[in-house]
Amino acid sequence: MRLLKLVPDNTNIGFVKLRGWAFGLTLLLTIAAGVLVGVRGLNFGVDFVGGLMIEAKFDHAAPLDAVRNKIDGLSVGDAQLQQFGDADTVSIRLPLPHSTDEGANNALVAKVEASLKADYPTVVFNQVETVSGKVSGELIRNGVIAVVLAITAIALFGIFRFEWQFGVATFVSIFHDVLMTLGFFALTRMEFDLNIVAAVLTIIGYSINDKIVIDDRIRENMRKYRQMPLGELIDLSVNETLPRTVMTSLTILLALASLLLFGGHVLRGFTAAMMLGVIVGTYSSIYVSSSLLISLGLDKSRFRQMSEAGDKKKAARARAERIAPKP
Amino acid sequence: MLDFPRWKIASILGVLLIGILLAIPSIVPESTAKQLGLGSAPRINLGLDLAGGSHILLEADTADVAKSRLSAMEDTIRAEMRRMTPQVAIGDISTANGSLNFFVRDPAQVDAAVEKIRTLTAPVGSTGQRDWDVRVVDSTRIVMTPTKGGIDQFVNQAMDGATDIVRKRIDALGTKEPTIARQGSDRILVEVPGVGDPSQLKALIGKTAKLEFKLVDTTADPAKVAAGQAPVGDQILRFENGSPIAVVRQAILTGVDLKTAKQDYDQNNQPSVTIGFNARGSRAFAETTQQNVGKPFAIILDNTVLSAPNINEPILGGSASIAGSFTVQSAQQLAIALQSGSLPIALKTVEERTVGPGLGADSIHAGVVASAIAVALVVVFMFVTYGRFGIYANLAVIINVFVILGAMALLNATLTLPGIAGFVLTIGTAVDANVLINERIREERRRGRSIVQSVELGYKEASRTIFEANVTHAISGLIMLILGSGPVKGFAVVLLLGIVTSVFTAVTFTRMLVALWLRRQRPQAIHI
Repeated sequence: MRLLKLVPDNTNIGFVKLRGWAFGLTLLLTIAAGVLVGVRGLNFGVDFVGGLMIEAKFDHAAPLDAVRNKIDGLSVGDAQLQQFGDADTVSIRLPLPHSTDEGANNALVAKVEASLKADYPTVVFNQVETVSGKVSGELIRNGVIAVVLAITAIALFGIFRFEWQFGVATFVSIFHDVLMTLGFFALTRMEFDLNIVAAVLTIIGYSINDKIVIDDRIRENMRKYRQMPLGELIDLSVNETLPRTVMTSLTILLALASLLLFGGHVLRGFTAAMMLGVIVGTYSSIYVSSSLLISLGLDKSRFRQMSEAGDKKKAARARAERIAPKP
Repeated sequence: MLDFPRWKIASILGVLLIGILLAIPSIVPESTAKQLGLGSAPRINLGLDLAGGSHILLEADTADVAKSRLSAMEDTIRAEMRRMTPQVAIGDISTANGSLNFFVRDPAQVDAAVEKIRTLTAPVGSTGQRDWDVRVVDSTRIVMTPTKGGIDQFVNQAMDGATDIVRKRIDALGTKEPTIARQGSDRILVEVPGVGDPSQLKALIGKTAKLEFKLVDTTADPAKVAAGQAPVGDQILRFENGSPIAVVRQAILTGVDLKTAKQDYDQNNQPSVTIGFNARGSRAFAETTQQNVGKPFAIILDNTVLSAPNINEPILGGSASIAGSFTVQSAQQLAIALQSGSLPIALKTVEERTVGPGLGADSIHAGVVASAIAVALVVVFMFVTYGRFGIYANLAVIINVFVILGAMALLNATLTLPGIAGFVLTIGTAVDANVLINERIREERRRGRSIVQSVELGYKEASRTIFEANVTHAISGLIMLILGSGPVKGFAVVLLLGIVTSVFTAVTFTRMLVALWLRRQRPQAIHI
């Protein structure tokens, strides 16, 4: 049986040579993403800005304009309507009533429901969320802390486990991945809610995973080919791991595609973010973090000393074991 | 590599078997699980986003605490100053700007008054701080400010009581498996699965239900009452329709003396609530009604006067009927609220998420379909790429799904919709370990190593990478678990369990399968 090979054996693509172009492109995209986020902003869900969200399901395609008119007529504040994945479902976002009275939120939902039910008796409120300004503030804070903590912890791991250059290169490329994801959300105006923060954290985890595989191979090859120039060595390592990189990205994308198509509308934003993250993360592993190692001047000689020291330790241990064999 | 002792094989298979067995109660319908005698076996809980239900976060109204402490202290000061010998005359009492201040008419009495007032305050913790800050301004004016420590201590104690009361009220509604938990210093989290419309629930748990009986002051000047000016010792309250009434500040009795409360019908067949007092309450009520025949008294709920009936004859039976503009439902709610006691602190809803059961069912269905398709796609892809080694990886992935479910059941974890996404993602990432191993084997074969050597090196070299990659992945998972809320936590749980179990199934388990195959067949060539 002939097996599928997505990447031919022994590829020799000069990734390092392309890094000038890649850096330029990356920088451009990163700036674009930053500007998009800064200027257009993110379409924050009620999780982060507070307010009331009602997901209404109709038994036919939701008459968006009619529903909007209906709700504007209730004078309950500035309503935002959005189609929610499938045509039958629409999300209605409203500011919270100013009254501190406990029943005010209930009354608002009841008012909207009564008004919609009058015209569309079969409408069902699938989901109702109210988040006060105080809680949304905390959720934003927790989200930011989580993302910063994750990036920092992982960069530290990179520094301790490898060399500082690996840590810095990883940090920069993860930052790039996160910014690109945010840029995507600013561009598409997809709702940015708590689930998306989870997606961002997962992207960080995945992207790191991808970089570690390549970094690990670079380290291994540094020990193996002590005379090889760094550029060549990185190219070799990236090429050697390329089949795995392609294969893994594709399997994950396949799994996510199934989730995007069949997983229901609630997870759509989450899945879209993840898919984008996988693509961006894979790109940044190859072009950003590995190439950055050269620019950061990863010092091969120091590394050699270190690994030799490691070898010496290993040799000493082996000797000791020979003298006093393990039971 | 080929050396796989029997005990090792047995323990690997044993662990996987236990994992799968633990998953069974969670994947078969509940009725089938009962038939199999697994009714009490640990099961995975479904999150509210899948089961449908309400998540409500209540927060103590601390501003209200400060206000109610001020007004309670005002009552105490009035009473205590009057009771002192010689009586201390005070005036111009106000509770504006968050502190209680009044002036003492006779400057000579200020010191005695302050002395007395200090005994009314209590220490907070062990720092020497007290719950009220007492100062004398302009030598005749006393200013009392509640300290933050005092308010915090009060909130803390009140929240314990409030949590109990909320629990009692929800239990009285008969909802299935509610979660009621204190969160932080001033919050209560309520999660109730399977409630389509939470408005009734919210109305009930948020109700303070402070019941008071007070005599109506019939001597008050109606014009002054209308203007909101209360005679000395009185206060102005309002009916539900907004009209004012003067009542005596001192209550005849309160909800504390209540023993039972149930929904009933009054003589006009309107819904009402019948309450029964305890011994002390019965006595106090009997005494007051005996002394005040012919006069009206007010029944007050949360500072609103429900009714002010006349005392036609002394009420000695220790029970009373509360009439108002009730529906059967609101009368039932009030009965539950009164029976469970009044909330010692006002609560407000700061976060609410309700998912209808329809959406939850749709989500489960969609999640299962998406997971199944994801598994199918990955399985086919792995098979066409790695052949026999792909089949081993696929076996590992499929077993892994069950092992994760089993581990979740064992931990009594909650499966949420993002958790299902975590499953799909884990399916994708779990095969990454096998991809790493298999690609490494391919490489080593290309370098001309023997089959056994290649396989051995493939597993050995890839294992280090897999370990490092998974550690970093786990870091982000742990952060999500610690900082995330609700659904995100559910995602993190699946992700973390998936990392642990997938290393076991994708590395240890497939290694065993490969070793057994190599040992039995001694193949001359491998397709990978």
